[in-house]
Amino acid sequence: MTAESSFSLLGILTAQDISFVHTFEHPGMSEFIDASAGGVMVMGGIIVIALLTYYRGWHALWCDWLTSVDHKKVGIMYVVVAFVMLARAIIEGVLMRYQQSIAVNDPGILSPDHFGQLFSTHGSIMIFFVAMPFVTGMMNYIMPQQIGARDVSFPLLNAISLWLTAAGAALVMISLVVGKFSTGGWTAYPPYTGIEFSPGEGVDYWIWSISLASIGSTLTGLNFATTIYKNRAPGMTLFRMPLFCWTSLCTSVLMIFAMAPLTIATLMLALDRYAGFHFFTNDLGGNMMNYANLFWLFGHPEVYILILPAFGVFSEVISTFSGKTIYGYKSLVIATMSIAVLSFTVWLHHFFTMGQGANVNAIFGIATMLIGVPTGVKVYDWLLTMVRGRIRLTTAMLFSVMFLVTFVIGGLTGVVLANPPVDFAVHNSLFLVAHFHNMVIPGVLFGMIAGYQFWFPKAFGFRLAERWGKVSFWCWSFGFYLTFMPLYVLGLMGAMRRTVEWFRPEYLGWLQVSFVGALLLFSGFLFLCVQLVVSIRQRDQRRVPAGDPWDGRSLEWSNSSPPPEYNFAVIPDVTGQDAFTRIKQQGQAYASPIAYEDIVVPKNSIVAPVIGIAAIMFGFALVWHIWWLVVFSFVCMWGAVIARSFVTETERVIPASKVRADNEAWLQQVRECATTPREQENTSVNVGRAEVLT
Amino acid sequence: MKRQPLLHPGLNLGSTDEYSHDVSEPIIFGFWVFLMADLVLFAILFATYASMSVQGQAGGPTPIDVFDLPSAFIETMLLLTSSITFGLASLALKYKADSLHLVFWLVLTFCLGAGFIGMELRDFWVMIEQGAVPQRSGFLSSFFLLVATHGIHVTAGLFWMLVLFLQLRVFGRTTEVKLRLMRLALFWHMLDIVWVCIFTFVYLFGVAQ
Repeated sequence: MTAESSFSLLGILTAQDISFVHTFEHPGMSEFIDASAGGVMVMGGIIVIALLTYYRGWHALWCDWLTSVDHKKVGIMYVVVAFVMLARAIIEGVLMRYQQSIAVNDPGILSPDHFGQLFSTHGSIMIFFVAMPFVTGMMNYIMPQQIGARDVSFPLLNAISLWLTAAGAALVMISLVVGKFSTGGWTAYPPYTGIEFSPGEGVDYWIWSISLASIGSTLTGLNFATTIYKNRAPGMTLFRMPLFCWTSLCTSVLMIFAMAPLTIATLMLALDRYAGFHFFTNDLGGNMMNYANLFWLFGHPEVYILILPAFGVFSEVISTFSGKTIYGYKSLVIATMSIAVLSFTVWLHHFFTMGQGANVNAIFGIATMLIGVPTGVKVYDWLLTMVRGRIRLTTAMLFSVMFLVTFVIGGLTGVVLANPPVDFAVHNSLFLVAHFHNMVIPGVLFGMIAGYQFWFPKAFGFRLAERWGKVSFWCWSFGFYLTFMPLYVLGLMGAMRRTVEWFRPEYLGWLQVSFVGALLLFSGFLFLCVQLVVSIRQRDQRRVPAGDPWDGRSLEWSNSSPPPEYNFAVIPDVTGQDAFTRIKQQGQAYASPIAYEDIVVPKNSIVAPVIGIAAIMFGFALVWHIWWLVVFSFVCMWGAVIARSFVTETERVIPASKVRADNEAWLQQVRECATTPREQENTSVNVGRAEVLT
Repeated sequence: MKRQPLLHPGLNLGSTDEYSHDVSEPIIFGFWVFLMADLVLFAILFATYASMSVQGQAGGPTPIDVFDLPSAFIETMLLLTSSITFGLASLALKYKADSLHLVFWLVLTFCLGAGFIGMELRDFWVMIEQGAVPQRSGFLSSFFLLVATHGIHVTAGLFWMLVLFLQLRVFGRTTEVKLRLMRLALFWHMLDIVWVCIFTFVYLFGVAQ
């Protein structure tokens, strides 16, 4: 009796579920890799904790970051989550390419089950815990500054979104050590992921980590949409907004509409698995096609949730580094909106082969090709922005140019795949894998890296080392082509995705080339890390206190680097597009404002971390059927919300005198700065005050 | 009384409480956006129900076998009436200086909402007694998920109302409390609309077939 009750205290969790114990009892190469990955994660955690303790960083971490509701800090934390998860997912990608490159008539080093977990975590992490947080973090940091706002409309909700996303990421990381992850791919199609075929905790880890992240994204979407509609500076009409704000708006709207289908689909799958419901089962009236439809009703807009902000970044980067106003502003806005609307009309092309008949397929095939039209408009607009511009090929710009070339190739293979007959021939092959990596790596990752290079000096006050950035750029570019072009060929040769072992010797060469490419991609990531370390060490020669290192065009460049917590000492008055360029050209930049006012900013709050930690416990408890903890953590989450509603002192006032002192000191510093001609923007001459050409 | 411009859809506090009115715009607008996201969720549940209510019966009970139409009708009346009483509470919030009217209408709303939940639980109980459990068929799975999701929303609304009763007592009618009541009102009315759809598409259509 006592044994039984102590057992149930941890649900169905046993010692054998810990990967180290499991590996000890069943040693093997695959298990060893699994345990090493877990070991690296645990060691990483211990090192971070040790460093924080050694440098007495806990207080600063808690007070300046974790409890902060400042949109800039929330944004940076999102990007940190994305980077950490990127490290894991990219290593998984390399490992899979290695397995495939040696597994021709040979079992290779990974067991099929382990390989299945790898492609499931790789996909889920890259989409939900790399791309989403990266995009959300970027929007968080930049968008409010670009529209001249002091924060988002609901700062605490913003922090809660971050913590829910981070909780989902934490669950995926925990699955590395405790138990196994799903083997059902990032799409987790039932009935395979139903309880009948996938018993155990794997799919449950997927369900709860994705559910937490999707709720976080819904809240982000409504927060950002409200911010853009209601928090713009005076004169900042919608059609004067920088394009990054437009793409943020479209992404937010997509989040509001597209995350619900995912939340419902995961909930239904959970009910099937936990409570014996029949949504997607083979028997008793279940219908897995409902899952396919719901998942892709989310999944296709998701592609544009990720890509549109990157499009916004490219628009800003290309326009800034060409020294020109963006070409065809209105057409870009309309194209963005069209893409957002059309993205809801094409979900069915993800399962052309699943039996809906020729006419339905034809309609969705045509709709899919239609999306190429607004996207083409954008590509031409970017090209025409560069025409006759004074182009500076900085790292951010290189990534943008490489995006244009590579993305068009990916788009063309997409148009090919949009033909249902072609799709029947190559669906689920490596051709498809090559296609979507060809969209998402240049379209999202390059965009985010470009944005990171572009706005880093704004966020941290010093420029990144261009040299290492360019080394990284060439690794990413060649790595991309070497990894994924062979996959197109392999796909046409009949190689299917998610295959752990091959029996066709003619695949070997292509797979080996692809593996070399994967190593290059990984070194691209490493060089980004090198760049960061080098830049931090040389930060004193790289500082840009005046805040405008690239001769920027929008309002975020008009304040200091890093910006004060209230963003703008005085809310700017906007008179047209490219707001900051206009101010500079009219000679009004860095002028002292006539009057200062008190500024109200939100106080820090422990509510978001409490909800985040409770959410981790909630997910973990559900995975392992620890019911008392489910109830407890649920009560904690909602208890925190209710308790918060009784807190009345949620804001503090920064007095006008302090704002004046800080701002005037900064303005004085700027006026003493020499202006930088564009030719010298990557030298230590550049302290962030641009030479104005009129 | 000067007439204030409407800052958001629905009841505005404009002419009686200008400060609350001024700060209400992004807050109420944001809540409308949230309601929209929530409605997408219900739309998907309806679509799922539509695809499973007939095709997913799996030889088990059909809607006619298990639906108790009179009971569903009483529930509809309870919820619709609660929407009227909440509407009156909102008017009291705007125009009456004392909290008496407000609390009276809110308590009435709470009782009607609780009555609705009680009736619904009774319906579920009767169905489960008959063996019409969600594990029986796809139709019943989707029925229970749709109707219970609505029920959970109403229950959440009731808890929310309890918290606001407490806040009315602790803080009085401060701007925060007023704006929370206005958002609860929107939430409540939305749930009413969702229920009207449930009653029509689930109960009436189900029994008509």
